[in-house]
Amino acid sequence: MSVAASNENLRQLVSAVADAAAGARDMALMEICGTHTVCLFRSGVKSLMPTNVRLISGPGCPVCVTSCGYLDAACELAARKDVIIATYGDMVRVPGRTDSLEAARGRGAAVEVVYSARDAVKLARGNPGRNVVFLAVGFETTTPATAAAVIEAEAAGLKNLFILPGHKVLMPALEALLSADDSAIDGFLCPGHVSVILGAAAYRPIAQKYRKPCVVVGFEPANMLEGIGRLVRQVAASQAKVENAYGVAVTEGGNAQARAMIERVFEPAATEWRAMGSIPASGLALRGCYARFDARAKFGIEFGPDYEPPGCRCGEVIQGRIEPTACGLFGVKCSPTTPVGPCMVSSEGTCAAWYKYNRRSR
Amino acid sequence: MNDNNPAADEPGVTRAGRIVLAHGGGGELTRRLLAERILPKLANDLLAPLADSAVIDPPPGRLCMTTDAFVVQPLEFAGGDIGRLAVCGTVNDLAVMGAKPLALSLALVLEEGLDLDVLDRVMDSIAAAAAEAGVVVATGDTKVVEYHGAGGMTITTAGIAALPADMPPDAKTITAGDAVLVSGMIAEHGLAVMTARKGLGIRTTLVSDVAPLGGLVNAMLAAGGRVKFMRDPTRGGLAGLLTDLSEQIGRNIEIDEQAVPLSPAARHASELLGLDPLTVANEGKVVAVVAAADAEKVLAACRSHPLGRAAVIVGRIGQASDWPLVELLTAAGGRRIVQRPYGEELPRIC
Repeated sequence: MSVAASNENLRQLVSAVADAAAGARDMALMEICGTHTVCLFRSGVKSLMPTNVRLISGPGCPVCVTSCGYLDAACELAARKDVIIATYGDMVRVPGRTDSLEAARGRGAAVEVVYSARDAVKLARGNPGRNVVFLAVGFETTTPATAAAVIEAEAAGLKNLFILPGHKVLMPALEALLSADDSAIDGFLCPGHVSVILGAAAYRPIAQKYRKPCVVVGFEPANMLEGIGRLVRQVAASQAKVENAYGVAVTEGGNAQARAMIERVFEPAATEWRAMGSIPASGLALRGCYARFDARAKFGIEFGPDYEPPGCRCGEVIQGRIEPTACGLFGVKCSPTTPVGPCMVSSEGTCAAWYKYNRRSR
Repeated sequence: MNDNNPAADEPGVTRAGRIVLAHGGGGELTRRLLAERILPKLANDLLAPLADSAVIDPPPGRLCMTTDAFVVQPLEFAGGDIGRLAVCGTVNDLAVMGAKPLALSLALVLEEGLDLDVLDRVMDSIAAAAAEAGVVVATGDTKVVEYHGAGGMTITTAGIAALPADMPPDAKTITAGDAVLVSGMIAEHGLAVMTARKGLGIRTTLVSDVAPLGGLVNAMLAAGGRVKFMRDPTRGGLAGLLTDLSEQIGRNIEIDEQAVPLSPAARHASELLGLDPLTVANEGKVVAVVAAADAEKVLAACRSHPLGRAAVIVGRIGQASDWPLVELLTAAGGRRIVQRPYGEELPRIC
C-alpha cells in the first residue's frame, strides 16, 4: 500500500471508531499487554479516541506484576559470587524493597541482560564454574521459551542452570479483574503475542461467563484501530463475542505445541501479583521432575512478602482502577529517572508510557 | 562472559600477538609499539617533532575546542570501528559549530590482551578518517591497563578548530515557523553497533553512518540561507537533541513522523529490539534549524552532498512556552510527546 493510501486507510479507521461510538454510552476498554500500552501511545492512536471511549491499561506488563518479594530474592542471589543472573532488560532497573539488579551490578554483581531463555543456557555452558540463574518472568509469550530452555538443559545434563520461577498465566488474572465488584471494564483488547500461544478461542469462556466482548489485536496502528472499532461496535450493541483482528499471527487454536511444552515443565500454582495479592492458579511452578532447576531450592531462599512503597499506587494502576496521573507520586517523586514502582521503570509500564508520551504538565 | 585472560594462549590467536603490560611501561616495548604500529600511520608535520607537546600556529580569530571519550563495544562493527568513531565524533563536534578542524589529540588506553591485529586495523581507520576529514593528529599518548574484561580499548580525544567570525549559529534568532532539517536516515549507527554485539543473533544490512561532516556543513552554509542552529544527534538520538533544543530556546517543536527518514532495515531492527529509532545514536548526521524562507535552498545544498542525499525537512519550530514540548504528529494522525530517552535503552521482554 502506498503511503498516501495507508494514511487514507488510517483516517477511515479513525472515522469508523468515531462512527461506532457516536451516541453510545461511555465505555471503558481494557488492554492487557504492555506492548499495547506503549504502541497505543507511541502511534498516537490513544489521542484519537472519541471522548466516550476510555482506553485503560490493565496488568499486561509482566515486570509490573512481579512482586517485590521476587525482586528481593533476585538481588539476594545476585550478591552471591558464584551466581550469574541472566535477565530480560526490563527487570534490571526495577527497585525491590531496598535494592535493584542495576545497583547490585554497580557493586560488582554479575547481571547479564539476555534476549531469550536460550541465552541463559548458552551462558551456563560457557561458564561451567558458576551458576546461572535465569529470571523467568513473563506471560505465555515467553513461558514456552523458558520451558524449552529447561528441557534443553535437562537433555544436556547441565548442572549449573537454574530458574527463578515468576511466569504468570493470563486467564486467572482476567477472571480476577472481571469478578471484582467494582469492575468497570466493558471489553478487552486481547494481547497479540500471548494470543499466538493461547489462541483466540481461549477467551470464549470469559466472554460468555462475564458477557464481555474480546477482540484480539496486533500492534500496528491500523490493526489496533480496526480492533478498537470492532470492540466499540460490540459494546454499543451489547454483544459479547470473541473476534480475532490479528489473523495474520493468531489462530483459533493457538500454538498447541508451545502449550504442551509449558505443561510438560510447569504446573499451575497460586502466585503473588504485585499489589493484587495472591491469585489461585495464576502462576507457574516447576513440576517435580524438574524441581532441581528451581533456584530457591538450590540456594535456600524464599520469596519475601510483597511491599508497597508508601504512596505508591501501582497496584491500582495495573488493575486499571486509576490513571497514572491520579497517583500523588506521579511526576513528582516517581519519574523514570527516580522510579518508585515498576510501572514507571518498565519500558512497557503504564506510568512510564504516560510519562513518556503524554505528560503535559510538570 | 569469560574470566580467562586472552593474553594466555588460545587456539586461533593471530600471528601478531597481543598487548602486554610492558607495552605501556615507557621502555623498549613502548618505543617499538609506537614506532611500528602507531606513529607511521599518523605521520604529519605537527606530530613529527614528537615533543611532549605539539606546537601549533594559531589561526586569526577565535579557537574552538572539544573533547570526547570513546568506549564503544564491540570495537569493530559494520561501517566502522572505535578509531573511525573517535576521529569523526571529534571533528563533527567542531564542524557543527561552523569551525574548520585543525588538529586532534589522541590518547589510547589499551587493555592487556588486546589483539594487535585489532590495534592495527583501528590505527588504519584513524589514519583514513583523519585524511577524509582533512585533519591531523598532532599529539597523543598510549597507556596499557591490566586485563579486566573491559573490552580491549578506549580512546580519548581533544580537537581544536578555527572559528569564523560569524559562527557559531545563534540559536537565539530561532523563531516560530523555522524549519527543522535532518540530513539523512536516522538510527543506523546505534542499531549497527547493537546488532554487532555477540549473542544477539540478528543479521542485518545496517551499517554505521559514522562519517566526518565538515564537507556537508560547508555545503549547507554556502547556500547562503540563515542557518540558526546545527548539532549532530549522537547519544540520545533525534529525540534527545530536539528535547534539548526545545528547552534551550523555550519553544515547542513539532515533527511529522512520516517525514523522519528511516530505512526499512532500521525500522525492523528497532522493532525487533524494542527501541524507538528517534532515541538511537547517529554518527554521520546533522540536524539544522533554518529560517523558513531559506529552508528549501539549504535542503537542496544538503542533498547535493553525498552525505546529505536523503535530507528532509522533518518539522517546524512552534510557539514559545514555559513548558516547551516536542510533539510528534504520528502516521495514524494522532499526536504524542517526544522526550529524551532515560539512558540505557533496555531490550523488551516480550
